[in-house]
Amino acid sequence: MIHTLSRIIRTGILTETYPTPVAAAPEIEGLHKDLRNILGRALCIRHVDAGSCNGCELEIQALNNPYYNLEGIGIKFVASPRHADLLLVTGPVSANMEEALKRTLDAVPDPKLVVAVGDCGACGGVFGSNYASRGAIANVIPVHRTVTGCPPNPVAILEAICSLFSEV
Amino acid sequence: MPMDLCLGGKATYDIPSNLPCRRTTVGAVDWHRGAEMLQAAGGRLLTLWGADDRDRDGRFRIYAAFLVKEGVAVFEHEMESQSKPTYPSLAEIFPCALHMERAVHDLLGIASMEPDHRGWLRHGGWPQTVFPLRRDFDGSQQFPIDSQPYAFVQVEGDGVHEIAVGPVHAGTIEPGHFRFSVVGEKVLRLEERLGYTHKGVAKRFEGMQQKEGHRLAARLSGDSAVAFSWAYCAALEAITHTTCPPRAANLRALALEHERLANHLGDLGALGNDAGFAFGLTQFSRMKEDLLRVNASAFGARYLFDFVEPGGVVVDLPENASRSLLDHYLVLEEGVSSLCAIYDNHPGLQDRFRDAGVLNQELAEKLGAIGLAGRASGVSIDLRVDYPYPPYDRLNPKLVIQSTGDVGARVQVRFDEIFESLRLCRMLLEDSASGPIRTDCPFGVPGRLGLGLIEAWRGPVVIAIESGPDGSIRRCHAHDPSWQNWPLLEYAILGNIVPDFPLINKSFNLSYSGHDG
Repeated sequence: MIHTLSRIIRTGILTETYPTPVAAAPEIEGLHKDLRNILGRALCIRHVDAGSCNGCELEIQALNNPYYNLEGIGIKFVASPRHADLLLVTGPVSANMEEALKRTLDAVPDPKLVVAVGDCGACGGVFGSNYASRGAIANVIPVHRTVTGCPPNPVAILEAICSLFSEV
Repeated sequence: MPMDLCLGGKATYDIPSNLPCRRTTVGAVDWHRGAEMLQAAGGRLLTLWGADDRDRDGRFRIYAAFLVKEGVAVFEHEMESQSKPTYPSLAEIFPCALHMERAVHDLLGIASMEPDHRGWLRHGGWPQTVFPLRRDFDGSQQFPIDSQPYAFVQVEGDGVHEIAVGPVHAGTIEPGHFRFSVVGEKVLRLEERLGYTHKGVAKRFEGMQQKEGHRLAARLSGDSAVAFSWAYCAALEAITHTTCPPRAANLRALALEHERLANHLGDLGALGNDAGFAFGLTQFSRMKEDLLRVNASAFGARYLFDFVEPGGVVVDLPENASRSLLDHYLVLEEGVSSLCAIYDNHPGLQDRFRDAGVLNQELAEKLGAIGLAGRASGVSIDLRVDYPYPPYDRLNPKLVIQSTGDVGARVQVRFDEIFESLRLCRMLLEDSASGPIRTDCPFGVPGRLGLGLIEAWRGPVVIAIESGPDGSIRRCHAHDPSWQNWPLLEYAILGNIVPDFPLINKSFNLSYSGHDG
């Protein structure tokens, strides 16, 4: 136990300041305040892998590491779409996941938002569209924001989520 | 003996590869008998794939690659019938062949003589009469979804019920379906259904140029991007008689070991978390993030998707990067050592790790376990150790092995491989090899088959390329070790309780995308 505690103390708090959204660029504290006002510190995200190579998943997972500490501002990943406000979808959408993706979106209560993550989610990427792939997420469900990159880094994903709410 | 096979004196030919590799053309009887002989001699099935060569000589072909003591043995079997091509199943000799044979059927319409023809990759995304990998099929065609119920094997008895999980899972992970048959909390049977992330990668390869295929290969399974792109390049370089410069080989291995480190760090954190020890997740995810940032400054990207290219690598390390990498390894090693001690001495954690999800050695050997999960069950295969391709031939990598086959063993293999990887990374940086980081890789002569095999963090990945005219790809088959290891999970879970499934599943951490293609 003493080793565990000593490592916690030695590690300290690593959380970095949050990125400023690209558009409009209000001060980050202000944005956090808005986020809290709008969402009451309770934005719930449901991630759906609609056929990605798992590269984007690695960077989405990184959002919860101590540096990005997404839960620290009240944004959390939830286990059920019924608890979610926002779907974070990676792609391309495989034909085999088309139905599951649509049904997951249906299960999210209104109002709901969709962010497409990664080059494949944005346009189909290196896989494109074919007999087994529908390409971009927007070809299957409505998308409110896309994050490009292969994979996009965690800051880019965070920026997209923040900027989405700065417009709400 | 196995490499020459002596199958009625049949000739064997060298296949261009980064490992010693021989090909034999066999008839239907020898296809089965030869596989039996290889299995008896300790051989393992590496991968299985088919090809439509009707445009060339009116035949369908099926290939199987086996790992034997001397290297890789490839069987090639031609089917005479164009309308109903069939071949003898290898599933009774190598159980892991079953899923591969079902996938070959879905894509090419070549059926093994095994009765299970339920769609594996085809869930209703294309009609049953359409076979996407046939040459007369236009890959850009799309069909409306026609999903049919899937016939899971039912378990009957007093109090038995089913739990269906997926394809969308409760976490940031890939999609797949698990069907548990349980009594109370105890798992009587688990049946996996995969194929949800099938994106038509093999068909996509056919429209690509040889010099750009490595980008697609890297995206077969993003967590093994370096391994897949290296395997692709190794196959292409073997076909074109290109020798990767020593400096580039060193950098490829350095990138591959960084990939192994990053994945192991992530898994060790997640395994702690799944056993209720959030501290582990916090600490390991911090160390993983530190490593990714080191990657960004040393290689120019957090994840090295496009680092390996045919003929070499894209960039060399910046000046002074060696120094800062070596410094980072010291910090990382200290951190992992102290966490290893904390994990080892935490009674609650060890209680969850030990005896959970046991896969004993006998079963692991029989099922064809491979890679990390195999080594945790005493199956001693590591391509870097057994068939050291450059630059591993100069590094003398050590085999990391455990025998108990439980979650604890898979945790321990990861810890030990981190220390061994760090040792290899240091040797690679201390190696003074300098010079060019890439060389020209010409077009392959049409109709040549080449194999590339690389030991990824999860196990050996295989890429088989057949070159087409004017620098095109005629056929490219990519294989992730998850094909062999997904069925292991169905056995490891037996007799365990449902709440331990996430932990046991994570201890294997298999790829869905790499498997589904």
